Amino acid sequence: MAEEMIEQKQYTKMAMFKQGVITGIPITLGYIPVAITFGVLSFQSGLSLLELTLMSALVFAGASQFMGVNMIVANASMIEIVIATFVLNFRHFIMSLSFMNSIRDHVSLKGRLGVSLGLTDEAFAVASMNQEKANNNQAVYFYIGIFLSGYLAWVLGSLVGGVLGEVIPEQLSQSMGIALYALFISLLVPAVKKEVRYGLVALIAMLINAIAVQFMSSGWAIVVGTLLGGLSGVVLLKEKYG
Amino acid sequence: MIILIIIGMAIVTMVPRFVPAFIVNHMIFKDWINNWLQSIPYAALGALIFPGVLLVKEDQPHIGIIGALIAIILSYIGFNIILVVVASIATVYLLTM
Repeated sequence: MAEEMIEQKQYTKMAMFKQGVITGIPITLGYIPVAITFGVLSFQSGLSLLELTLMSALVFAGASQFMGVNMIVANASMIEIVIATFVLNFRHFIMSLSFMNSIRDHVSLKGRLGVSLGLTDEAFAVASMNQEKANNNQAVYFYIGIFLSGYLAWVLGSLVGGVLGEVIPEQLSQSMGIALYALFISLLVPAVKKEVRYGLVALIAMLINAIAVQFMSSGWAIVVGTLLGGLSGVVLLKEKYG
Repeated sequence: MIILIIIGMAIVTMVPRFVPAFIVNHMIFKDWINNWLQSIPYAALGALIFPGVLLVKEDQPHIGIIGALIAIILSYIGFNIILVVVASIATVYLLTM
């Protein structure tokens, strides 16, 4: 009886993990071309295979990695690069706070810590929009499935780009720049179909971001847009949240 | 030296990601803050999409706009996310041929 229960539990873990990997396929698909581009570009910029793969494995934040390589090439100081990275990636603090708060009842501190390290824009967006698939006590395996597949695609893609050079024709890799935006849009649209006010929150965040970016770096502008856009949700969605 | 830069970048990226995992352990938020945090995913999606999507192709914002419109229409109709992504890539590819 006990064994059966353990087996049942194992199965659920595996099933949740698989479900996570499947849910994360769009991220994996979107990451591979961008990661390959990163590998190509940073190898051409003079980073070794070890360095560029290590950067993807340890930093795991696309935009800041491209920026970092640019700054390394431009002979920027370490302090400058690290501060610029912090500014650009600070948005993940806001996203992580939102995500951790929403999974606190289902995922232990240990699980949350593990998952937090893989939190990118895309992983956050996909995980947040699919929470109904994971409201049980094995939820962490669902999120590990999403985050880990994205992580592996990113790290291995970077290595492949560095080793093989331009395996993807330039025109195609440029066209793939739309991929992650299409991912964000296809997460947002179904949510707006269900509740149009979510679209209003997104629209307000867009406008504030567009205005803010005139006055500050794009990293801070996204933070400001996200915070103020989210704040508009407090008012707009008051009765919905109850 | 580059390795040191990478480690520095990794630390300042990692800390903001994992600190919230602790914070929510120690804090009970007021309702309005919970509502704020619940609205963050939608606001973040908005801020991540625009105006960044205009820069998909440098100096040609219409490319990004058309790609985005295709994505909006297809996901509105109910296409699977993967198909939406592939169709947007194909659109931009054809437009820049």
